[in-house]
Amino acid sequence: MNAPAVGRNRAVAVALVIAYVALPLAVGDFGLSVLIFAGIFAIGAIGLDLLVGHAGQISLGHAFFMGVGAYVGLNLGAEAGLAMPVWLAAAVVAGGGLGAVVGLCSLRLRGAYLAIITVGVVFVGLYVWNNVPAITGGAAGAGGDAPASLGPLDFNRLDVAGQAYSREQSWFWLVWGLVAATAAVAANLVRSRTGRAWQAVQEHELAASAIGIDVSRAKVSAFAVAGALGAVAGSVYFGYVQYAGPDEWSLFLSVQFVAIVLVGGSGRLAGPVLGAIVLGGTPRLVEQLSVHLPIDGLGLTVANLNRLLFGLLVVCFVAFAPGGLAGTWERAKGGRRALRRPAGEGEEQA
Amino acid sequence: MTKLVQLVVAGIAIGSLYGLVALGFVVIYRASHVFNFAHGSFLLLGCYLTYCFHQQLGIPFFAALGLAALAAAAAGLIVERVALRRMVGQSVFAVLMITIGLAVVIDALVVWGWGAERLSLGDPWGLTTFRLGGDGGVRVAALDIARLVAAGGVLAAYQLFCRFSTLGIAMRATASDQEAAVASGIDVRRVFAVCWAIAAATATVAGVLLASGARGIDPTLSAVALAAFPALVLGGVDSPAGAIVGGIVLGVVEVLAAGYLPGWLPGRLGDNVHTVVPYVVLLAVLLVRPSGMFGDRERARL
Repeated sequence: MNAPAVGRNRAVAVALVIAYVALPLAVGDFGLSVLIFAGIFAIGAIGLDLLVGHAGQISLGHAFFMGVGAYVGLNLGAEAGLAMPVWLAAAVVAGGGLGAVVGLCSLRLRGAYLAIITVGVVFVGLYVWNNVPAITGGAAGAGGDAPASLGPLDFNRLDVAGQAYSREQSWFWLVWGLVAATAAVAANLVRSRTGRAWQAVQEHELAASAIGIDVSRAKVSAFAVAGALGAVAGSVYFGYVQYAGPDEWSLFLSVQFVAIVLVGGSGRLAGPVLGAIVLGGTPRLVEQLSVHLPIDGLGLTVANLNRLLFGLLVVCFVAFAPGGLAGTWERAKGGRRALRRPAGEGEEQA
Repeated sequence: MTKLVQLVVAGIAIGSLYGLVALGFVVIYRASHVFNFAHGSFLLLGCYLTYCFHQQLGIPFFAALGLAALAAAAAGLIVERVALRRMVGQSVFAVLMITIGLAVVIDALVVWGWGAERLSLGDPWGLTTFRLGGDGGVRVAALDIARLVAAGGVLAAYQLFCRFSTLGIAMRATASDQEAAVASGIDVRRVFAVCWAIAAATATVAGVLLASGARGIDPTLSAVALAAFPALVLGGVDSPAGAIVGGIVLGVVEVLAAGYLPGWLPGRLGDNVHTVVPYVVLLAVLLVRPSGMFGDRERARL
């Protein structure tokens, strides 16, 4: 990396830290809650991107893992009253374990078959969430207050040096802190032996196994990591919303996760985060703007307009910008780095 | 015993419908290896077009169905031309995702056009039922017979088309080896376009057979495509006959599960259990045969 690039990266890092500290002080509670949801989705999407954008597997089952995490948050956090690090760790274990099971079941499947089996995971999940009220509260769902303390900081009632902060402000710091931690873990995983094995499996499964990579292990570990991060997102979601209904973990949620990864740019660290902000923010923006739009005259509801926009965004990005927002940004930033990358890398991963 | 037979008959009827839906997936997958998640949305569109022609314009039911199938086929052509053609050579996942995006768009457009309330598609079948085996025998509704006949008829027509028409032979050639097909002068793009048109028209027929009568149409109808997934995979995503067989097998399994399992399972575990049983069966089959019962084994080369 040359000197200007290092300087630029440092500038970006400083800007991010400033935004992290200052945004909650500058933005209102509504804007913060939008960003909090975007952050929660970013955590799950980073996990999905490791599976989809790095290990090259297909999954439409991410909603299931988010549900798993939410019910871990409900049972261990709200019901049992365990501390936040404990229920977060439990979400990692539960999501990772179930992810590994799904990975094991799908070892021999590829393409369309794999997609459908992961759709099945979502349906099995919906059945369990609706029919096992002891864990999930059944069809009515269940709510509760999960402890959210980290050392002396209680993010439900943040009070630092005599200054009290609103719930939105505190949860913004908590959630985006977790996003940063997740991104750091993901960045290191990608460069680890496991991450390189994922990449090899994505490029060419048979070739990977021919050079001695344990393909099964790579796939199962990718599913496990994705499941674990999906569950973390779910448990944080429960902690923030304080309620989990069984039908939230639907196939459409999975589709949204995949869309976040693709619109943001799969196989790139910034991709899922950018995607989560754009796809999480757009519907809220449309709601805010809808009073000024002539949609009533056209017979459109806001919800329907949002669906339409979502679908069009997905189609347009996949068709016209396969690298997503992050890829487009990289390309716009100039050819030098792009030229040095091995031919084909990134562009075909979408 | 009567309950068992009655359930099997109901299962065959609903299963042939799943098979018909699955056949639409197979037609596209075989030729272009695109797994079309928008299939349920074409089904939805076809139903609403039938509604438009029959209820809003007053065209007789079966004529309206025919017109709607043609219109849906045209929509299939347009979608293939505008969105899918530029995806040739892209990763499986990107193509899959574009069809999901299209599904969301089509569903939203249908809601925009006709609203989200349940509408009646009309009922040409009435409550006509036939009794097999005299009094106390098994009752079969006219609609169920229509479903079975349509599934068999469409499958037969498709197979005949593939065997005897030039275009059908071109489709088979494309399915077996795309490059060789291009090399021997087959217009592969036209083949893809025709496949999308056929799939959209079959989806319309399947949708109308599902929704006419008591069911009615509403935007949730597109979810039937999800219910047909297990049938599709069970049969093998590239086998037309497998789709129908898989559909009937899973229809019977689903109806039997809905009929018996709730009584056997403790607590609330019986509620909606029939929605997951197909996937459990599917998983069991795929663990043994990863390409379904009749699917082509995938061969890999380094």
